[in-house]
Amino acid sequence: MKRRTLLAATVAAPFAAVDHASGQPGKIPVVFWHAMTGANADETNRLARAFNESQSEAEVQPVFKGGYADTLTAAIAAWRADQAPHLVQIFEVGTGSMLAAGPATKQVWQLAKETGVDLDPAIYIPGVRGYYSLTDGRLASRPFNSSTAVMWYNKDAFAAAGLDPEKAPSTWPEVIVAARAIKAKIGTPAMGAVKSPVTSSWMIWVQLEQYSAIHDLPYATKANGFEGLDAELKFNGPAQVKQWDRLLGMAKEGLYEYGGRDTVPDALFYSGQAAIGFGSSAGRGDIVRNARFKWAEALLPIDPEVNAHPINSIIGGASLWTMTTKQRTAAEYKAVAQFLKFIATPEQDAHFHQTTGYVPVTFAGYEKSKADGYYEKQPGADVPIKQLARGKVTANSRGLRLGRLAEIRNILYEETEKALQGQQSGKQALDNGVTRGDRVLREFQKSVGG
Amino acid sequence: MERRTIFGQRLLPVILVAPQFLLTLIFFLWPACQAIWSSMTRQDPFGLHSQFAGLDNFVELFTDPLYRASIGRTVFFMAAVSALSMSLALLLAVFADREIRGRTIYRTLLIWPYAIAPAMAAVLWIVLLQPQVGILAAWLSRHGIAWDYHLNDTQAMLMIVLACAWKQVSYNFIFFLAGLQSIPRTVLEAARMDGARGWHRFRTITFPLLAPTSFFLLVVNLVYAAFDTFGTIQALTQGGPGKATETLVVKVYRDGVVNLDIGSSSAQSVVLMIGVIGLTALQFRFLGRRQLT
Repeated sequence: MKRRTLLAATVAAPFAAVDHASGQPGKIPVVFWHAMTGANADETNRLARAFNESQSEAEVQPVFKGGYADTLTAAIAAWRADQAPHLVQIFEVGTGSMLAAGPATKQVWQLAKETGVDLDPAIYIPGVRGYYSLTDGRLASRPFNSSTAVMWYNKDAFAAAGLDPEKAPSTWPEVIVAARAIKAKIGTPAMGAVKSPVTSSWMIWVQLEQYSAIHDLPYATKANGFEGLDAELKFNGPAQVKQWDRLLGMAKEGLYEYGGRDTVPDALFYSGQAAIGFGSSAGRGDIVRNARFKWAEALLPIDPEVNAHPINSIIGGASLWTMTTKQRTAAEYKAVAQFLKFIATPEQDAHFHQTTGYVPVTFAGYEKSKADGYYEKQPGADVPIKQLARGKVTANSRGLRLGRLAEIRNILYEETEKALQGQQSGKQALDNGVTRGDRVLREFQKSVGG
Repeated sequence: MERRTIFGQRLLPVILVAPQFLLTLIFFLWPACQAIWSSMTRQDPFGLHSQFAGLDNFVELFTDPLYRASIGRTVFFMAAVSALSMSLALLLAVFADREIRGRTIYRTLLIWPYAIAPAMAAVLWIVLLQPQVGILAAWLSRHGIAWDYHLNDTQAMLMIVLACAWKQVSYNFIFFLAGLQSIPRTVLEAARMDGARGWHRFRTITFPLLAPTSFFLLVVNLVYAAFDTFGTIQALTQGGPGKATETLVVKVYRDGVVNLDIGSSSAQSVVLMIGVIGLTALQFRFLGRRQLT
């Protein structure tokens, strides 16, 4: 029996079953698959409830489908079985795959045209809008939860190290000076739980993708992939190699603790073990809940020798895609469009922003939050917005439009982990990342027939 | 002696076999055929463009040094997990087979880990070995051992071998205990009267008589290490650092579910399927069908 089960486990595609929440009779159902957990899931459900109460024709049914990658896989499997949900939340790195999905999706501009519902892209903040737009400015998916990378620091640890807790290091040389000062005091009673000066969540996203964007360095050719599937990776330029060597050097000196992939290092900062933590601005809610020390949120540090006039950082998070099935009616699409319009109203957008820690995606939502006095009550909560709106968006800072980007990130984690163990240099890690990543991009290009 | 039941009609046996046959068809044969077909295509995730690629996916796999390294790593991992879990289980079984007080309690306790879900087992090991919060990790670092499996290939491999072997000890223990109990007491007593003592008796009588059990367990353990360890590895290291703990089944998941490269992932599944068929054939050949059921 065991053998047969194993055989089946090997060959059976791990596609999740499709389930639809049962709705009220007579209403048009809008099935909405999402990947939100905790406070973010509560807020997502609240949005659906508020919409359902605001009108009587349609009913949005939010369904939690697991993590971002699971949700994407589930949506694809469902579409292939002609059971796709009306709306699905897809993380930003899945955007390239969804754009290549042709008839499986109905892009926002198509939806607006067919249903006559006004879905004006101009209401969205440019840094957010650009990521989910076609090159001609038409909106492909509806920006939903957007965050960006920021630096968190422990003010108590700064004070204990004799640093000014009100002044965050704004350049990498300053970060190193601060890290050395902190390291010198580790183990003293004033330093408390601090064991390492610096750590970073989402190391590839923060230290390479965002670093390239704010310093206006190309990550890939063809405007980071926005202008064609034949883009080639460019993140092994001298400035990025310098950044990698700097981080490797800091790790060697005991100033930087790697901590693990993706969100694993979050806990290092929250628990007070690392004095400076890089991560997503969406971590704010968790930090408020967990941190037993005074902390502040700051802009990503820059390297003035590379570019003294940094521009905007890029977003992370997810957007909402409208999906198709063969039997889906015009009325259903209209209900979807109305829901998208509803959640973009200033009240809903501001509420979402203030309860989740994601940035407001519309100008009006931002203005409303300012009028509410939210940023006086929560100092620093506007840091991500300011960073996203800084300077003029260039081809290097619009975002990344690369197929299978999640895989490229994993490749970079692997190569970087080898470098951190001293098996190769920073340059070799990035060079290998480019070689292996380009192979992935060519595979993707072939698979979508580009 | 073989017993035979003779059915009068043709229909009844067909009806009796049908459910099992249908299940096999729907859940095993059909997906297997799909995997074989997908392994010979190149398609995008949505299945919009699907081209026949022949054996391209297989050629790409076997010319990729990273895939060949993954095969080697998996073989090492399978051997390490099987050796560790079987030797520990045998040791425990030999002791639990003795006339000692409260042995039913020992036996029950030793079976517990088998009932723990892989992800849960992984969490237990994280509590012990996580570099920042792990109890054992803290003890190690106090004794001058820099423990960080996020950044040390050897430590990461050691940890997944430990975690995966630990989970399988119970299963092996049950079989070894049953095997020990089925050894005729008369043979052991005869040996004792001939003057064979402890280790010598174990080596010349017990161990050879346990051979069928051991061989059966070896195959089961190899298959377990190759496939059932996915949950534990995914929860502990996700295949890292680098590719240090990426076994074949972790790679299938990574390429198929995360990277949505259906063609390559299917090709890898087919390679694994051939591996299982090989192992199973080996087991049938050497053990025969009737010895262990």
